[in-house]
Amino acid sequence: MLLTRKAEFSASHVCARPDWTREQNEAVYGNNANPNGHGHNYLFEVTLEGETDPVTGMVFDLRELKDIINNEVVEPMDHRHLNLEVPPFDHVVPTTENIAIEIWRRLDPKLRRPHARLKNVRVFEASDLFVDYGGPDATH
Amino acid sequence: MQLTSRFRFSAAHRLDAVELTPVQNRELYGKCNNPHGHGHDYVLDVTVEGPPDVSGLVARRAALDTLVREAVIQKLDHRFLNKDVAEFASAVPTTENLATVIRDYLKAAWTLPAKLVRVTIAETDRNTFVWEAGK
Repeated sequence: MLLTRKAEFSASHVCARPDWTREQNEAVYGNNANPNGHGHNYLFEVTLEGETDPVTGMVFDLRELKDIINNEVVEPMDHRHLNLEVPPFDHVVPTTENIAIEIWRRLDPKLRRPHARLKNVRVFEASDLFVDYGGPDATH
Repeated sequence: MQLTSRFRFSAAHRLDAVELTPVQNRELYGKCNNPHGHGHDYVLDVTVEGPPDVSGLVARRAALDTLVREAVIQKLDHRFLNKDVAEFASAVPTTENLATVIRDYLKAAWTLPAKLVRVTIAETDRNTFVWEAGK
C-alpha cells in the first residue's frame, strides 16, 4: 500500500556554483542564478510504502507523519533563504533535485518502521515541473 | 532520480480506421468518428531519468524545454492530426498512437544525457496513456 502526504514551504534560493563565472551559471541555471536570489512555494509529496496494520487499519499514523514532515523539513526550511540558512545548501546548490535528496535524507531515518518505509519524495519546481527521488538505492 | 516536465498542445483529429466500414467506424468510435473532426487540449508529461550532474540537475531545463518544443509541440500544436501530420495519414490518431508517435519524435531528437523513460499523454483529464521504457 502506498500513502502520500503533501506539504509546502516557501523559501528563497540562488542556483549558482561558486567555482563558475556568472555567465556559466546563467547558461546552466538561467534566471535561477540571479545573485540576490528569488523565492518559490515548494510543494512536495512524501510517499510511504507499507503494509496496512490489521489492528489500526493504517500504514502509518498520519498525525505522526505530519509532525515528522513539519519538524524535519517545513519548520527548518519555511520562510528561509536556503543558501544562507539551511545546510547543506551553503555548499550544495539548492536545485530542485538537491532539495529532493535533502528532504529524503532528513525524513528517511525518521520514517523507518517494521512494516513501512519512505518510498518517494516528489518536489515541484513549478506546477508543470517536478522531480522524483526514490533514495540512494533506488533504480532511478 | 526522475524529472517530469509538462507541456500542452491543442489539435484536431478524427478517428476512422480504413479497414472498417463506415457503420463499423461509427459504432466503434462514436462521436470521435464525426467526419469533420474535433479537437482536444492535450497534456503531455515527459519524464527523464539520471543522476544529477555536477550542476545538481538531472536535465537542464532550457535544453529539455527546447527539445520537446522543437521535436513535438511545433509539429502537433494547432494542427489537424489526420491531415497535417504525416504519421497519421495511415495510422488512426488515437491517443495510444499519439503517445507512440511522440515517443518516436523524442527518441529521434534526443541529445540529453538523461534517459527518456516515460511519455504520458492525456486527451482529456479523464483519459491518460503512458509509454514507459522497457515495458
